[in-house]
Amino acid sequence: MTSELTSLYQEVILDHNKRPRNFHKLESANHHADGYNPLCGDKVTVYLDVQGDIVRDISFEGSGCAISKASASMMTEGLKGRTLAQVEELFQRFHDLVTGRPENPANPADLGKLVVFSGVREFPVRVKCATLAWHTLRAAKENRQQPASTE
Amino acid sequence: MKTVTDIQNAAKPAFDARVARRDFPILHQQVHGRQLVYLDNAATTQKPRAVIDAMNLFYERDNSNIHRGLHELSMRATAAYELTRERVRRFVNAAEDREIIFVRGTTEAINLVANSYGRRHVQAGDNVVITHMEHHSNIVPWQLLCEEKGAELRVAPITDDGELMMDRFEAMLGPRTKLVSVVHLSNALGTINPVKRIVELAHRRGIPVMFDGAQAAAHIRLDMRELDCDFYAISAHKFYGPTGTGVLYGKAELLEEMPPYQGGGDMISHVTFEKTAYNKLPHKFEAGTPNIAGVIGMGAAIEYLEGLGLEAAAAYEQNLLEYATHAVSTIPGLRIVGRAREKATVLSFVMDGIHPHDVGTILDQEGIAVRAGHHCTQPLMDRFGVPATARVSVALYNTREEIDSLVAGIHKVIEVMG
Repeated sequence: MTSELTSLYQEVILDHNKRPRNFHKLESANHHADGYNPLCGDKVTVYLDVQGDIVRDISFEGSGCAISKASASMMTEGLKGRTLAQVEELFQRFHDLVTGRPENPANPADLGKLVVFSGVREFPVRVKCATLAWHTLRAAKENRQQPASTE
Repeated sequence: MKTVTDIQNAAKPAFDARVARRDFPILHQQVHGRQLVYLDNAATTQKPRAVIDAMNLFYERDNSNIHRGLHELSMRATAAYELTRERVRRFVNAAEDREIIFVRGTTEAINLVANSYGRRHVQAGDNVVITHMEHHSNIVPWQLLCEEKGAELRVAPITDDGELMMDRFEAMLGPRTKLVSVVHLSNALGTINPVKRIVELAHRRGIPVMFDGAQAAAHIRLDMRELDCDFYAISAHKFYGPTGTGVLYGKAELLEEMPPYQGGGDMISHVTFEKTAYNKLPHKFEAGTPNIAGVIGMGAAIEYLEGLGLEAAAAYEQNLLEYATHAVSTIPGLRIVGRAREKATVLSFVMDGIHPHDVGTILDQEGIAVRAGHHCTQPLMDRFGVPATARVSVALYNTREEIDSLVAGIHKVIEVMG
């Protein structure tokens, strides 16, 4: 197996693909949005329960590849209890991590478990799989009516 | 049920893919350190040396604009362009050269018919009949037309095996049906539709028929006069020619009375600011400088395919598709989508708990190119309750060894994804 493949499909990612966390509709949600990748048909809905500026709870539903599902699952795990400002900062850091922007090297310490997605940068066509849930999260924060798109 | 060994022992058709492979320079390369196995031929086929050389030669020796220059190069370019029209006419067995309209591809051909024939003949309350297995390019142009006119788009259903339900299709044809447009060979399922029967049923009611032949042209002998359809669309890049070039075949009497699709140079005979007289067929539908090198490349592709023997190549591909179908059927958790009795080239599948994208990425790392996605047939994916499929599509240069590599690759996918 190529090393790129091993670093893309890390154990943690495969585990979240098989057993996605917070994978349900959130009854207490006061924000939600749909996300869609028109190139491949991946769909995700992100639900947010925001009190003040704190994410009290977060969940998702949808269908997609291992990368998109694991990304959504780990995103929901990582954001509970965070402030909206922290969420936005993490969005940026995660985006930089998977797109591999050299001017903005991600600090592993800031990302926690999300660093397992660093392998995605070797697969440019899969970046949108990793970021779909995050784009949808942003749309949910703003309660956008139009589905978030990776395009 | 036949086993893989039975198929291996069956008489081999008179065609040697190993020899044909040598004609395709691109196949002889490594991808991710592995020999390339190109199985994405329904997306686009690779080009033989003869096609690449014909296009290079045109640019190196004959490049010029057509139909207007008085000089030597322009005459050569015009002759080569029009010679291809005659070659295409023979390839599809149309009655006349003027029934061969050069376009960018199947999509443009369908849009031409929707905009020209459709806008003239389809009115509020009329309907257009398509099927559930159409590519987006044979859905959206009709949707746009029907929305504009207040007409109805009727969609004939298909079975779980991916076959058109002919009784339901026939029941949809009514006095207000102005056109039927159906895919000949489905890009997502491989289904070959009963085109002759479709024409009979529609013509019995005086309804003209269009076929989307994007996938069919490389695998099925086309015969416009025998089929008797009214319009037929093909793309050169699906039968070993260049991208950006295709053909709309149309019956002369229909094309004659249709208004132009695009205005511009070459499609006129006389222009004043008050009135323009249009050029005769086929030029009426060929506004602007066309893809001359592309058309010449398409001609070279037809010559190449006819040189090998389209029927022999198709028989070989059919045998290879059966071999592949049996081979992947042994893989646990793999389900083939599209099991029509009449099918060609395409093997679409899904795997338990593994998304087609992950299949595509892992196979790519093994040097194997397949398509993973909705194949521009989202309504069809919805019909089968899958977001996407992985699709293998074979061409005349693929071999059993490559199918064996594919099977090993799919086992690797299972290993990686656990």
